[in-house]
Amino acid sequence: MMQEEVNEATSVLSVYGHTIKVTEALQDGDTLTFIIVSQKLSGTGEYHVDRTYDDFEWLQQHLYAQEDVPGIQGVIFPPLPMRPQANASAKVMKQLGFLGLGEWQPYCKALETFLRQVAAHCILSKNKAMEVFLTSIDPPGRQKVKRNIFNRLSQAVGELRKEGHKDVDEFFQTERDHNLVLTGHARTAAEKFLDVALTEQKIAVACGHFAAALQICVENGDDPEKRAFSRVCAKLSEVFDSIKKNMMSVAVNDMNTLGLGLDLDWRYQEAEREMLFRRTCKLVELENARKNAERAKPVKKSAMEEVKKAAEGEFEQICKVAKQEIVKLNQERVGTVQKSLTQWCEQQLQTAKEGADIFNQHLQAFKAMA
Amino acid sequence: MADTARDPPPDRTDFHEVEDGEDLFPEPSAAPESQPASLSAVDISTNSNGPKQDSFFDDDNEDLFAEATEEVSLDSPERDVLLSDGPSPAITPITPPTSVITPRIGHQHDDMFTHSSFDEIEEEEGGDSFDINISVSDPEKIGDGMNAYMAYKVTTKTSMSLFKQRDFSVKRRFSDFLGLHGKLASKYLHIGYIVPPAPEKSIVGMTKVKVGKEDQSSNEFVEKRRSALERYLMRTVKHPILLKDPDVLQFLESTELPRAVNTQALSSAGILRMVNKAADAVNKMTIKMNESDAWFEEKQQHFENLDVQLKKLHASVESLVCHRKELSVNTAQFAKSAAMLGNSEDHTALSRALSQLAEVEEKIDQLHQDQANADLYLFSELLGDYVRLISAVKGVFDQRMKTWQKWQDSQMLLQKKREAEAKLQFTNKPDKLQQAKDEIKELEGKVQQGERDFEQISKTIRREVSRFEKERVKDFKMIIVKYLESLVQTQQQLIKYWEAFLPEAKAIS
Repeated sequence: MMQEEVNEATSVLSVYGHTIKVTEALQDGDTLTFIIVSQKLSGTGEYHVDRTYDDFEWLQQHLYAQEDVPGIQGVIFPPLPMRPQANASAKVMKQLGFLGLGEWQPYCKALETFLRQVAAHCILSKNKAMEVFLTSIDPPGRQKVKRNIFNRLSQAVGELRKEGHKDVDEFFQTERDHNLVLTGHARTAAEKFLDVALTEQKIAVACGHFAAALQICVENGDDPEKRAFSRVCAKLSEVFDSIKKNMMSVAVNDMNTLGLGLDLDWRYQEAEREMLFRRTCKLVELENARKNAERAKPVKKSAMEEVKKAAEGEFEQICKVAKQEIVKLNQERVGTVQKSLTQWCEQQLQTAKEGADIFNQHLQAFKAMA
Repeated sequence: MADTARDPPPDRTDFHEVEDGEDLFPEPSAAPESQPASLSAVDISTNSNGPKQDSFFDDDNEDLFAEATEEVSLDSPERDVLLSDGPSPAITPITPPTSVITPRIGHQHDDMFTHSSFDEIEEEEGGDSFDINISVSDPEKIGDGMNAYMAYKVTTKTSMSLFKQRDFSVKRRFSDFLGLHGKLASKYLHIGYIVPPAPEKSIVGMTKVKVGKEDQSSNEFVEKRRSALERYLMRTVKHPILLKDPDVLQFLESTELPRAVNTQALSSAGILRMVNKAADAVNKMTIKMNESDAWFEEKQQHFENLDVQLKKLHASVESLVCHRKELSVNTAQFAKSAAMLGNSEDHTALSRALSQLAEVEEKIDQLHQDQANADLYLFSELLGDYVRLISAVKGVFDQRMKTWQKWQDSQMLLQKKREAEAKLQFTNKPDKLQQAKDEIKELEGKVQQGERDFEQISKTIRREVSRFEKERVKDFKMIIVKYLESLVQTQQQLIKYWEAFLPEAKAIS
């Protein structure tokens, strides 16, 4: 029932897109539910809804399925994070990157970013599915939407050779080349940064072990020397507990700011790559249509001309949208990177200051110990 | 001789009971091993056939005292003799070889080896307060290939009158340190002094250095060793008795040091192994010591526990150090990838920001490395030192048990002699009777000496343990303060980096 409604109408979102928050992730057995809150445009309050990952996929599929929207294939779709999995295989973990670390905060933030990007998109925000997703008390229907051409690039194996097809437009050729390089580097940077954060976590855990081992050395007894040594061990255990907390903080900061930022950057480059590929496929289609029209026998000629005209129109639309999207992305990227770098720096600075304070306190306490 | 004024010195060759007719100081060819103390007299000539290879055959340590250890676990020769009716062995009072006793330094404390004077030395506070600092520096590779070795500069700065100068240096190699430890161990371990162990030998580490491999791990090895040698010397001189030992003074002051022979045998690990082997042998004996003193029982248990705890701590720290190094590697790799990303950006501000990100991360990488070093040198090495020290402490406890055993043996022997004498009363053999009476008199003296030795070693150990515990607390505190200082410094440096980067990040537009 919901299906038809959604496919027909477009609407204006009734919430402020920038107020969308994914506030928590609730685990109930195997089911993972996300709470989404958004502020009503009317100013009369908030919408609270709970959604599962399936619901997010439903939304994404509806966004893809807007075949009536001219140039829809030129849109760079905001990337949806991969499905979270418990006990994921190593390959899946690698693809999940930061989002597979088992901390829900970064994952919720990534979902939130997805929703905000959709809400901010002039074309995508008009899709009724978005309104339903954000405001309907009942979860959206879980029927599978028909397959569309927005299947991931990686699945279109046979089509892959088209990716290298030479372009007719210098702007796009340059963009395609550049995007290819950037995607690789962005992915590597995100992966390496993940390694850093993981190692920081390991260090925190090792500090915890050391603190625990020190606690074992604390003994009761009347012996003054025994007491003295026990005091030293107890205090050192506290120190390493502080070091552990500081390290965890550093790792969490990494994940929530720069980690997410690098991750998003990479996924957006991938999304752009997919869009460019769709356009290239359309280009190939167009060139074939032109050839067919040229070579067509007089009987078929007008039919082929029709096909050619349609293809030309579509391609033109896609290029128009694509250009806008590319310009927009390149502009927004700067802002996004700036924001994540700044937040990262601010949070790490804060943590470093707190760390310096605490360690200094410990130092003074130790020096004061007779 | 300077030793005339004192009581008969303690029986120092514990590992070798005198047998009937055996010379206390047999020809060097026969069994030079049985006088560990005399080595210092023998090893005057430097080995002129080229540098000694002292790092191979690490496990040949047992050779030196192998015979000795066997003899301890034995049936005491006296018992053998008693079973037969023959004459009892002549037990001559043992005088230590003169070369060791004669103080090289003419002034005070000639009679260093009487127990009572040890007490005096320790209680004598007047005169010098403890003011000495030793540093080991400038590791220098001498020679080439497998015959090469590292020479270290040992600098002493002191105001104590014990020394001829206030500020002086000498050059020493690793085997010299081992030689020093060997001498000290042979002189003091068996009377209950906790002699700090010298650093461990390392064939792998040393081979890399010899072969000329100039990489981070071999540099780290040399630095680790240098630091360990320094700590070893400081620990040794902090001991009020050891500080005044002529071998220690000679080690610190003398430009030319006689080469220590058989250093593979004298490695501290070797000595400790030997001591502990003897200890095991003691345990195997059927007579178990009646521990009348609860303090000792409790302390022994305490050190067993401490041993286990320290080993756990050590393992924990090693794992921490490992992760820190990993973090350093990962940070460096990320810095590279950020730089590459920055280079492929068109947008200048973005490109610059990413390049700066790379730079910040590189600096942070260096910080991580330094922190890893702090973890390593400070904690890991300290814990390692203490694990070895605990071995020395345990050794000392075992020495006490051996001393007790000797005393008991003498007592039993005396008893048997008395019984034998009683029997002789009824026979008409006046010479034999007289001999028996003489022997008994000697044995009585020996028994008394044994009891005194036992009391003395117990007293010494109590004092040593108390000193050890105090030093332990001080050591740990000092290291922890150093570590915390380095932590605070790292954090402050981090703050500087972040504060410098923030405006750059904000400026991207």
